[in-house]
Amino acid sequence: MNARLRWRKFVSNFMLTMTGVCALVSVAVLFFILGCLVYQGGTSINWDFFTKLPVPVGETGGGMANAIVGTGELLLLATLFGVPIGFFGAIYLAEFSGSTTAFVVRYAADLLNGVPSIVIGIFAYAVAVAPFKHFSTYAGGFALGMMMIPITLRSTEEFLLAVPRTLREGAMALGASKWKTIATVIVPAAYRGILTAVLLAVARVAGETAPLLFTAFGNTYWSRGLKDATASLPAVIYSYALSPYEDWHRQAWAAGLVLLVLVLVINIVARGILSRGISVPRS
Amino acid sequence: MHASVRQAVSVNITPPVTTGASRETAAPAAMRMTISNVNFWYGAKQTLFDINLGIATSKVTALIGPSGCGKSTLLRTLDRMHETVRNARLEGEILLDGKNILAQDVTLLRRRIGMVFQRPNPFPKSIFENVAYGLRINGSKIPIAEAVEKSLRHAALWDEVKDHLHKSAYELSGGQQQRLCIARALAVEPEVLLLDEPCSALDPISTAKIEELLVQLKDLCTIITVTHNMQQAARISDFTAFLLTGQLIEFSPTPQLFTKPSDPRTEAYITGRFG
Repeated sequence: MNARLRWRKFVSNFMLTMTGVCALVSVAVLFFILGCLVYQGGTSINWDFFTKLPVPVGETGGGMANAIVGTGELLLLATLFGVPIGFFGAIYLAEFSGSTTAFVVRYAADLLNGVPSIVIGIFAYAVAVAPFKHFSTYAGGFALGMMMIPITLRSTEEFLLAVPRTLREGAMALGASKWKTIATVIVPAAYRGILTAVLLAVARVAGETAPLLFTAFGNTYWSRGLKDATASLPAVIYSYALSPYEDWHRQAWAAGLVLLVLVLVINIVARGILSRGISVPRS
Repeated sequence: MHASVRQAVSVNITPPVTTGASRETAAPAAMRMTISNVNFWYGAKQTLFDINLGIATSKVTALIGPSGCGKSTLLRTLDRMHETVRNARLEGEILLDGKNILAQDVTLLRRRIGMVFQRPNPFPKSIFENVAYGLRINGSKIPIAEAVEKSLRHAALWDEVKDHLHKSAYELSGGQQQRLCIARALAVEPEVLLLDEPCSALDPISTAKIEELLVQLKDLCTIITVTHNMQQAARISDFTAFLLTGQLIEFSPTPQLFTKPSDPRTEAYITGRFG
């Protein structure tokens, strides 16, 4: 009996320790990556990093101003392309469509969400690069925007459906048309959730490299406009990390750090918006 | 007198009028709404059977009956809110001031017939904007601030909220929210106000306030209220309709329905033998 009790206690303690360690490791990975980036790239982060162009191999210093701006432009274009489609599609799904249509659209969106990003890249190359015979920021924004559509669509739909039916009825009972109800009551009631969804979608595609490799391509100089290829943080990390130069490796780490901080900040802001609750108390 | 009442009940179109100590005058009341031969289905399930009912102008008409008797469904047909539900089908005729509501533009109709729901459902906006909502979406020309104040006064809420009109409506208590919803409905000056168990989510003090309010609002508009609370119907209404399993069993002046019901099922219900 005593042996049995000791065995039970051993199993209990063992499991407790094991699950605890696993939980710790899950959290530690993030901090390990962050620590690694700071250790390897922190020294390269200075004012020049954010304001100067890359310098040729052999010279020290220089920065990634073009890649930072390029990533900003790409994300902006992607948002302008992907968010309206996802948003209005979600309104159709939540407010107008029959259950069969909704099922098909949802399923397709989930499949699109699961399409490997490299495939999205090839597709964007075929429709937005090849016909024009040159890489462009537009094409990169198009590729990233395509990835944002299903994320925006699905989460916006969920937040719209979470708006209580009683609010819709309240507006309609006052003589509001369906569109007016959506525009003046339902969307305002769900806007925090929708905003969160958009931010998370941006954070999700901010670090995507594969769709950019043969769309926005890369650029060692300032992009001459949205029709021109542009540098971006993920693509720069990719090419610098593959290079044989010690200095470029440090720059790649630094770029990784900047990218990660960007994504973390977007995530934290999004959670902050959402934690203030959706704007309507659930009844 | 009884015979005439029986006859009126069996015809069911005109609310019968009593003499003596009732709260009614002897003259027959004018009809704001007339419900004729209304049948209603959700999908294949029929929930209202051949309802005939007259709604007297500037009176409070109460619809009572046990859960699932169809009283809310009947109420919702009166401003065509049933159309927001898929597979709902209505047959029959509902007249508002002599015109069939089913043939009218639904948004215009709903501006003339206000509705207050079971649970307070203020919009996620300020107190002011909630009341102004109906005026804004209808592009009303009247000065909004004045109309908002007037409606809030009618809803007996003005004194409680006048100093924080721009706070969120969700900061109000449940009873205040419901009065806000009444104010919101009153702002567009409806001819008829429908209330679907407006007090069922409220405490007794808030309930008393709203009951008192409804009695006062009679002068502004015709009121139809659904309630599962018989005491409430007895306290505030002029006419009461008793529904059971989708059928109108009895429709009489309220004092008569509660003191001398003509149908044994009404008597069984009001004496608490079922429901």
